Amino acid sequence: MVANLRWKIVSIVVVVVISVYGIIGFPTSWAGVKKNFVDRIKLGLDLQGGTHLILQVQTQEAVSLETDQVLDHLRTDLRDKGIRYDEIRKLNDTQILVHNLATDQASVFRDFVSENFPEWDIAPAPNETSGYVLTIKPSAVALIDQQTMDQSVETINRRIDALGLTEPTVAPYGRGDNEIIVELPGESDPNHAKDVIQAGGQLELTKVEGDRAYSSEAEALAALGGVLPAGSELVPGTSGTSNGAQPSAESWYVVDRTPIVTGRDLRHATAQPSTENPGTFEVAFTLSTDAARRFGPFTEQNINHEMATILDHKVIIAATIINRIEDSGRITGGFGEQRANDLALELNAGALPASIKYLEERTVGPSLGADSIRHGVWAAFLSLLAVIFFMLVYYCGPRAKPIVVIVNGVVLFLAAELFQTVLTLPGVPSVTYWLGLLGLPAVLLFMLVYYRGAGLNAVLALVLNLVILLAALGYFEAVLTLPGIAGVILTIGMGVDSNVLIFERIREELRAAKAPVSAVDLGFKRAFLTIIDTHVTTVVSALFLGVFGTGPVRGFAVTLIIGLLANLFTSVYVSRVIFDWHLAKMPRQAELSI
Amino acid sequence: MEFFKQANIDWMGKTKYFVALSLSLLVIGWISWARKGLYYGIDFKGGTLVSVRFAGPPPVDKIRQGLVQQGLGNSVIQQINDIGNANTNEVVIGLEEAGGGEEALDAGKTTILNALHSTLGAGEPGKQDFNSVTVQALAEQLARKDPLNLGTNPGDKYTQLAKQLTDYRDHELRGVVSDLGQLQSAGVSPAVISALRDTYFASNFAVINVEIVGPKVGAQLRKQAIVVTLYALGGMLIYIALRFSGGGLLHLSVSSGSFFLWRWIDFVIFGAAAVLAVFHDVLITLGLFSLLHFEISLTVIAALLTLVGYSMNDTIVIFDRIRENLRLMRRESFASIVNRSINQTLSRTILTSGLTFVTVLVLFLMGGQVLRSFSFALVVGIMVGTYSSFGIAAPLVVAWSHWRSQGGAATGTAAGDKGRRG
Repeated sequence: MVANLRWKIVSIVVVVVISVYGIIGFPTSWAGVKKNFVDRIKLGLDLQGGTHLILQVQTQEAVSLETDQVLDHLRTDLRDKGIRYDEIRKLNDTQILVHNLATDQASVFRDFVSENFPEWDIAPAPNETSGYVLTIKPSAVALIDQQTMDQSVETINRRIDALGLTEPTVAPYGRGDNEIIVELPGESDPNHAKDVIQAGGQLELTKVEGDRAYSSEAEALAALGGVLPAGSELVPGTSGTSNGAQPSAESWYVVDRTPIVTGRDLRHATAQPSTENPGTFEVAFTLSTDAARRFGPFTEQNINHEMATILDHKVIIAATIINRIEDSGRITGGFGEQRANDLALELNAGALPASIKYLEERTVGPSLGADSIRHGVWAAFLSLLAVIFFMLVYYCGPRAKPIVVIVNGVVLFLAAELFQTVLTLPGVPSVTYWLGLLGLPAVLLFMLVYYRGAGLNAVLALVLNLVILLAALGYFEAVLTLPGIAGVILTIGMGVDSNVLIFERIREELRAAKAPVSAVDLGFKRAFLTIIDTHVTTVVSALFLGVFGTGPVRGFAVTLIIGLLANLFTSVYVSRVIFDWHLAKMPRQAELSI
Repeated sequence: MEFFKQANIDWMGKTKYFVALSLSLLVIGWISWARKGLYYGIDFKGGTLVSVRFAGPPPVDKIRQGLVQQGLGNSVIQQINDIGNANTNEVVIGLEEAGGGEEALDAGKTTILNALHSTLGAGEPGKQDFNSVTVQALAEQLARKDPLNLGTNPGDKYTQLAKQLTDYRDHELRGVVSDLGQLQSAGVSPAVISALRDTYFASNFAVINVEIVGPKVGAQLRKQAIVVTLYALGGMLIYIALRFSGGGLLHLSVSSGSFFLWRWIDFVIFGAAAVLAVFHDVLITLGLFSLLHFEISLTVIAALLTLVGYSMNDTIVIFDRIRENLRLMRRESFASIVNRSINQTLSRTILTSGLTFVTVLVLFLMGGQVLRSFSFALVVGIMVGTYSSFGIAAPLVVAWSHWRSQGGAATGTAAGDKGRRG
């Protein structure tokens, strides 16, 4: 039995070592302790500060775009085939109306459509003698939705990535409503985040008619004789002044409707310091070879004319073409570093296939996060202190030495200071930090050697429980949130329940005049099923919370579940081993201290 | 040390007191619920919430004026009075979801911020508020000004400096710098401070938290909360049915002529009593939430589910003991078996509830404003959940057993109930 016990103790020590490593690694210095701890325990948005966004991709725009394109194709194709009709137009996002089709060509038309546009259903138009309504199939819509979603997630991901945040999250969210969740820890300016996400729509490089901006729509039209030339459109600018710098909101451009280069053709864009204008930045870009073949002649023909870079139907820059550009060029405009970087980001990240709407936005400022950590840690330590104090007094029989208990209380207080220092303040650790770091293990060791009692057993099990819990959070890369800290506190309370169940049972058996060894044995046996029951019910409800909940609620569920599972280990296995070790060392006639 | 060495309290006799307590709590709660309704947080209602912290006592009237000027007269301004921290100097400005859709909500936040800046000091024109600057923006600005004369390639020295400044602001000054001179204590040189003064001013407030929940998401979260609760309760019911299926009151050995429904309830009475007790706990807790005007958010739902689990635990411990004693004490009346079981587990019940209660009480008092509603649910829930086990659940089982033994044909000890006091 002694050898058996030895192996059990070894296994526990191994668990302790692995857990401590999981929390603070192998620090080579005190600063290392703090750094490792902060690295390993991931803090949630509510503790770090950050931005949480839920956005919805307007996939119906992509469907609408598809319908537009089919409409264009139909027009040309039907004309080519000589099929006559009065009118063909778009009814809505998903339907096209063919009005008054020549009756003798009806079957030709139907065959043509079903052969060339298989994702579209044809039905006779209501209230018409010979009209048809083409409706896109739901399966095709679903496919477009899915593709749009996938591309949006990827594009947003790329853009957010370039922000350089640690551990951002971009993922589909919810059940089938085209929602995306974006979590940006450490980014406390949601507007900046939103700008980076949203400011990418269709990218187009196109010729500016007249090489100038107008200060209003009206002025533009007036200058052109009241009517836009065919093949052009009117596009507003964003801010600033024209010709090299950002266009102002009050500037309007008449541009060629057909862009020379679109986002698809862009290979790469980077921000770099400008050589002509030191202190400012410019954006250098490269195009694909195909595009270069188009771009070269275009730029050559249009030297000294203006070209507009249009993003999301707004001109972000109108620059003069200085020389022929084949596949690489620069956009100069005296940009600041952030602006140049953002511009490059936007150019790089391709097009967002549809626009997005924000459904939910939460921003936790860093000071609130620090507050929350402070409150949470304090509450955790105070409750731990209260529970430990009580357990020691209640379960330590006649040997309870109040002074030891008080000393332990003081040490725990110092440990709390230590913990808080590690988590919040930068710079040199304070005196209490050192006292805590050295004092805590010293007292525990002292108590282990001198002062043996079931209360200490419970305390050790509880402390190990928390250590395993924290280590597990680190290993699973689970996120610690403020409700998660509350979950830790709950684990303290509910975890001690297991020990109480066992100890009370042992006391009962001792009262029934059983020998210590069998009392301990029976106590553990009888209490075991009840312990399983209580843990399973709480874990079940926490499981659902974890599956259905998000963010803080999930953090709570995760810490509670891990805490309770660890508790099973510590209160049943570890406590038992400590008892066995104690019983093995105890003289035969001695009383069990409980 | 031991509290309850040999408790011998007649719990079943005292049932009426517990029931009376429960009824009064339920009634108070229902009245409040009917009149005031439940105070839903924006998780469920949708809307905009902006939390602002001030260097000194917040000028609520000026804020209100500013909001009215911007057309937000229907906004709600709440001053945070924290139990654990008397002078938080915080204000929460809330805007109900006005049905304008998601665009209106975003506009709401911007308008609130405009109102704050216009009435509380836009500082000098052209300068930004230091309290809202981010690390990257600050680093960029410092690099531009170069107060430490680091030349054209400072590396990330300025980013570190920016982080040092913002950390000091956020951790030491709790987010609000009311005078840029305060930053001297952050250990930066006066050159840096004057560089800052050129670009920034210090308003005396900082926005520490913003929450915008669109109406769609609000409805989704509501649905989610209900779904989770139902699933969790369902899961627990199944587990209890399995664990206690052999422990129904089959020892009553009722004759085959008995109505099938009653036999079926015999089978599940333990589980049913536990679930009813849990419902009772949740209803009382929600009633108190309504009465004391605590906000119901998603984390509160998490707390409610936790207290459901906790109350179940408590009830299960007693029922486990009852089942064990049923096997051992065949001669006694059911009521006295239940009494004995409760007395035997009394130590554990008081201890665990006491200790868990202490931990959540500490959380309630010291856990900060954010967790206040959450911890309140647990504080109330643990108290109610504890007494509901021996005050509601156990008496339910005893009452059923009594009713059955008086009703249909029964054998053995149960019939003896009629002659003895239960």
